[in-house]
Amino acid sequence: MADFGGDIDTFRTETRAWLEANCPASMRTPMTADETPWGGRRFQWKNPDAKLWLERMAERGWTAPTWPQAYGGGGLSAQQARVLEQELNRIKARPALFSFGVWMLGPVLLEYATEEQKREHLPKIVRGEIRWCQGYSEPGAGSDLAALQTRCEDQGDHYVINGQKVWTSYADQADWIFCLVRTDTTRKHEGISFILFDMTTAGVEARPIKLISGESPFCETFFTNVKVPKSQLVGKLNGGWEIAKRLLQFERQNISAGGFGGAAGLEVEEAALAHVGAMEGKIADPDLRARIAAHKMDAKAFALTVRRVEAEAKAGKGLGPAASIVKYAAATLNQDKQELMLEAMGLDGLGWAGDGFDPRAIRETRAWLRSKGNSIEGGTSEINLNVVAKRVLGLLDHQ
Amino acid sequence: MAVLTEEQNLLRDAAKSFATERAPTTALRALRDGEGWKTGYSPLLYKDMVEMGWAGVIIPEAYGGSEFGLFGLGLVLEELGRTLAASPLHSTALAAASALILAGDEGQKSKWLPKIASGEITATLAVDEAAHHDPAQVALKATAQGDGFVLHGKKRFIPDAASADLIVVLVRTAGRVGDETGLTLVLVEKGAAGLKPTPLHAIDTRGFADLEFDGVTVNGDAVLGVPGEAFAVLMQVLDRARVGLAAEMLGAASQAFDITLDYLKTRTQFGQLIGSFQALQHRAAKMFTALELTRSCVEAALTALDQGAADASQLATLAKAKANETAHLISSEMVQMHGGIGMTDAHDAGLYMKRARVTEALYGGTRYLRDRYARLGGY
Repeated sequence: MADFGGDIDTFRTETRAWLEANCPASMRTPMTADETPWGGRRFQWKNPDAKLWLERMAERGWTAPTWPQAYGGGGLSAQQARVLEQELNRIKARPALFSFGVWMLGPVLLEYATEEQKREHLPKIVRGEIRWCQGYSEPGAGSDLAALQTRCEDQGDHYVINGQKVWTSYADQADWIFCLVRTDTTRKHEGISFILFDMTTAGVEARPIKLISGESPFCETFFTNVKVPKSQLVGKLNGGWEIAKRLLQFERQNISAGGFGGAAGLEVEEAALAHVGAMEGKIADPDLRARIAAHKMDAKAFALTVRRVEAEAKAGKGLGPAASIVKYAAATLNQDKQELMLEAMGLDGLGWAGDGFDPRAIRETRAWLRSKGNSIEGGTSEINLNVVAKRVLGLLDHQ
Repeated sequence: MAVLTEEQNLLRDAAKSFATERAPTTALRALRDGEGWKTGYSPLLYKDMVEMGWAGVIIPEAYGGSEFGLFGLGLVLEELGRTLAASPLHSTALAAASALILAGDEGQKSKWLPKIASGEITATLAVDEAAHHDPAQVALKATAQGDGFVLHGKKRFIPDAASADLIVVLVRTAGRVGDETGLTLVLVEKGAAGLKPTPLHAIDTRGFADLEFDGVTVNGDAVLGVPGEAFAVLMQVLDRARVGLAAEMLGAASQAFDITLDYLKTRTQFGQLIGSFQALQHRAAKMFTALELTRSCVEAALTALDQGAADASQLATLAKAKANETAHLISSEMVQMHGGIGMTDAHDAGLYMKRARVTEALYGGTRYLRDRYARLGGY
């Protein structure tokens, strides 16, 4: 692998040239939902260019640009990673890999895992070989995550896991799970462990949950006498809560950086001009126009904040508790957008299916329904406000 | 807070010390309880600000300034905003100075900018004539006479106008009210024949005045730029004025929030600190979020204006709009969360809310700014 030394301009020039030569033309067009590059053992590549693009990027470690090269990462400095991102944006390149492994699990493995665990799992994440899912929420443990009851018992040379998870994103398509389990029933937070296992292990079953949007991105996941080798525990026994919280920071930070996108990629002002009409080049309804402008300003303020917070965060340290405000703002913003979109489309936006409606409008309508989950998933808005109040502002718990 | 250079840090720290030591809210109260509203600031205090170099922060070195940039002036205004320090710094060293820098010719700049930087004069920008900011609505009639104009008309609620030595006035030399063409910037000096300032006693005690122009004559050398074509450069001047004001508002809102947060951590009811109540915690977290979003906008706009970025106007509009919303929210919540004490004159909450409402209206209320942002976005 090339050594990009200290000269950032050289790095930019070489990166640009490499991307020009290696990013397939179809990977420079807007990504469609059915071409999302999740990777994994069972993944069906609809577009062969997407597979090629992943392989080329993974070869350089650029699906995880700042991870150490020893674990398959790109070994880039924060500054180099920023340049890479700018150059990818410049040619409007699609992401080479969508991965809970890259966004959530990898960063905590780098902090908490043994050398052997890092060498086992990180390179496969970088290459998109293993698709991960997140075993956190349970029927009785949502916002109060530490109330989780999934039991993990020591059987001498291995553990046995019994219980149920819920809201497990894409569990039906994932290869492995990072999972919070109870290893001590006498203590709440101090009785939780963080463990990894293969979803094809006997006793694992994932059932998709149908949402109000008609989609099934989440599952109920059941564990019945699932045998897991002891070497797959991460960190200390009963020390999982710290890792769990750290991972949530990465999750919220990731949601924050990407925001919650709309489905069809329509801009709300375009929808308003098309469905409400224009007068002298302006959206004909002045009240809606003012609210759309206010929303667009919120969106810009949010984007500027993400950029600022990233610039201020020390390289690799992440956002810490401040990620909670960004996650809260991202959820509010996307919900505002989708409500404005629905309002702008009027009756044209109330279609569920069929030829009577523009397919793009239907996608936005589904996205509106899906957006209601933004303030629930990855920590409800209320929990995020709690985190800000307590850990950023220093307000105390109610006694 | 953006990552600052060493010089920017020094400037900010100096402004912070100055504001807390020399211009705390008790100074504003002293001004208010006397006849202070007639000028709106203490000339001695402004003299000391000038000695700190703040009047020349954006003025080029060739004209006696330090050319340190708008970002630097924004840091100063933010710190002064924290204590509601009253001064003509914004009107003189930002609004009027920007008009001279961007629209003035060599003679006008060398005549006036060094005097602004040295504190020899104060100055202001006079745009609005009605209850709501809207530059295209200017009616003040300027009739050609010789190489200059004769002015007839009125200006409304102009910052520091009663005491300003120099007023940059937006006048209509052609066209109809509502036209963006036909507007011209002219310089009028204090005491000009036919100029009648009427000081206003506003809620924030700052120095505002209505101005009446009854046959005020201006010569050709007092016309900034090409007559009838001022609108474009005026927008640039107003972008700067808006962001500077947004920086002040960010400072005031930050301080109002800090005071309120401190109260949530000290006030006890039902045997609990009131800050332990979730109803208040969530509102505090939302205020904090609003402040962080606003800070990003203000810093990005200051940087964009310094760099002459293509999206500087959008960002300036955004910064003032977000500052309006956040100042409004936090100043109102400051009163509410303090309960009864927040309604008393003895507490500073009222001072922050009064200044917030004035700054929200100046150089564009939220409704105007949303319209401008939509126009710039092509919808």
